[in-house]
Amino acid sequence: MTKPHLAKRKKKKIGSKPGDKIALINARLLDPESGLDEEGGLTIKKGKIAEMGPDLRRNAPDGFEVIDCGGHILCPGLIDMLVYTGEPGFEHRETLATASRAAAVGGVTTIICMPDTDPVIDDMALVDFVERRARDTAIVNVHPMAAATRGLEGKEMTEIGLLQEAGAVAFTNGASSVANARVMRRTLDYAKDFDALIVHSIEDPELAGSGVMNEGEVSSRLGMPGIPSSAEVIMLQRDMELAELTGARYHAAQISTASSLRVIRRAKGQGLRVSCGISVNHLTLNENDIGPYRTFLKVRPPLRREEDRLAMVEGLVSGDIDVIVSGHNPKDADVKRRPFAEAEDGAIGLETLLPAALRLFHGGDIELGPLLRAMTTKPADLLGLPAGRLRKGAPADLIVVDLETPWVVDPELLQSKSKNTPFDESQLQGRVLRTLVNGNTVYTLNDQD
Amino acid sequence: MSIAAAPTSFFFPHRHLLGIEGLTPAEIEGLLDLADDAVELSRQVSKKQDSLRGRTQINLFFEASTRTQSSFELAGKRLGADVMNMSVGSSSIKKGETVIDTAMTLNAMRPDILVVRHFAAGAVELLSQKVSCSVINAGDGSHEHPTQALLDALTIRRNKGRIAGLTVAICGDVLHSRVARSNIILLNALGARVRIIAPSTLLPPFAERLGAEVFTSMEDGLDGADIIMMLRLQLERMSGSFVPSVREYFRFFGLDHDKLKLAKPDALVMHPGPMNRGVEIDSAVADDNRSVISEQVEMGVAVRMAVLQALAQHLPNQ
Repeated sequence: MTKPHLAKRKKKKIGSKPGDKIALINARLLDPESGLDEEGGLTIKKGKIAEMGPDLRRNAPDGFEVIDCGGHILCPGLIDMLVYTGEPGFEHRETLATASRAAAVGGVTTIICMPDTDPVIDDMALVDFVERRARDTAIVNVHPMAAATRGLEGKEMTEIGLLQEAGAVAFTNGASSVANARVMRRTLDYAKDFDALIVHSIEDPELAGSGVMNEGEVSSRLGMPGIPSSAEVIMLQRDMELAELTGARYHAAQISTASSLRVIRRAKGQGLRVSCGISVNHLTLNENDIGPYRTFLKVRPPLRREEDRLAMVEGLVSGDIDVIVSGHNPKDADVKRRPFAEAEDGAIGLETLLPAALRLFHGGDIELGPLLRAMTTKPADLLGLPAGRLRKGAPADLIVVDLETPWVVDPELLQSKSKNTPFDESQLQGRVLRTLVNGNTVYTLNDQD
Repeated sequence: MSIAAAPTSFFFPHRHLLGIEGLTPAEIEGLLDLADDAVELSRQVSKKQDSLRGRTQINLFFEASTRTQSSFELAGKRLGADVMNMSVGSSSIKKGETVIDTAMTLNAMRPDILVVRHFAAGAVELLSQKVSCSVINAGDGSHEHPTQALLDALTIRRNKGRIAGLTVAICGDVLHSRVARSNIILLNALGARVRIIAPSTLLPPFAERLGAEVFTSMEDGLDGADIIMMLRLQLERMSGSFVPSVREYFRFFGLDHDKLKLAKPDALVMHPGPMNRGVEIDSAVADDNRSVISEQVEMGVAVRMAVLQALAQHLPNQ
């Protein structure tokens, strides 16, 4: 019997071609991974970093398209580990396309999107959907985080192995915590076998109750129910016990209090495979900024006391806080223009992530290298991505950053479909001049070309 | 034939068979030798012996079972015993009668051998302390199932000629499996190298201390295995509680031809039954010529005849 002959399907190249033969010259090369900070240039071949160094500062090799960075910083594009989009299900708030445009403006070249959509991303087909939609409509890289429990209900674990094969880079219960410790233990235990990262939003739902902001003097004055910082610490403490019991890889999506930082420090000291993130909001704002019931500052976890914020900055400097996220959570006016207690949580942040984070640099709180590392190399390493560094062969996801120029945030000019920015009308210093993804320029400020 | 009425040189020093734990390698081998003879007997036209004539065997099952119960029934009948089956449904348990009460009631009927299965670990041992007859553990919770381990060993020995030095991979729900526990003890006693393969959620804590090398991937664990023992995954454990779904379990822990290739070419595939085709084992693998699953059932009757015979040495007036 002869073997049946099956024609081989031709592989069709989908999406834009990788940028090829591009030279970025006259730049201040800044690599958060190696600590490199020198004047020079960089070349791109087939969407990857080909060469870099001081020799390329003035002269590009023949046959290369030349981009002059004007002496500004050239560093890896940012990787934002905590982004909510509205696709599928809430496209009126944000689509993958609009989120990716906002990201490009903000210098975010990789979005890790949350599974809190409708339907919830808890099935292979939905991971596939997000990836295909992103491929067809988004101008930056998009990787889905899949739900760790079905429907984000915190009851039954999802198909972590199959979802990982489909392309999920991590697993999370979205905005909510897995309140049931047994479910969390089993999920961590199971995830460990696949070396999957579990990203957890930490808040004890019972203790948080109906709270709408940080519990403290400000909440008392404003007459609003508070969320005690213990609600976060208790859940984190529990999770550290479970991380120790199971040996799984665990990442607290966001911490916001000084006590949480102590818990993380202790766990890291014990050698547990744990890490944590923080939103740029919690690094740069505090509960007092809520002022006259500004609902755009209603976020989860809530903005805390100034002492907590200072502790967060210190934790970032010490490296105990691993990553900075935008926590980008687009909400339309319908759900935000309400009395504070009734308004939904969430603030957009993709476009302001870097400029807001630069406040810490300009304020002298942290060096540029470590600050960028928390938005590039560190999230890349946690998620197993090759991006987030200036290295030969790494993806040419790059940004050119002007550190100094001040500008004022005008919500109307933001790319995001929703305009709920906490930095509304704020003055920020420094912004992205150019964003390249896969070697292709996807954004330039003021159409410099 | 030693299984017949003639006394054998093999002396089994225990009144009960409560588990593999506590048996010496010689005692295990002795039972397997007896079982070899029982296989011969069972393949004859006249399968009946009278070594247990006049004896009463009660199969007391607190947990539903078809194959184990009928296997014990047939074993007893082939040796000439009067066999009675008693299934204690959940309704009787709800009436409030304790295991000990049930045992005392039955004991008053003067049985010679009680074959007991109970859903609680340790229940059979507790019962054995209260009755005056011999007790065989036909499975207690997630603890032990000694006759299953013996029949598995007999199957392996008859196919491979030995047990010592073989690499045996036990795959699946080890956490809840009495079959796995009895097998780990027996195979270690006879010098096999035992591996267990399961997702972490289905591994007992400190599994490596049980005398097995622990793997969480089939790819690693099946490499070079001589024997693959698949375990049954209970339906209620499949949907999100211990493993996410049937399709995920089958993808990563189900034995299909691709995974079978990792084992030795002459590896045997075993399963204690009943199988979930398409869950822990691919249908084609279950029916493959390397599968000895039907043979295990035959060995089951033989091993139970051997155990009954061995325990009969301790019955009064023997």
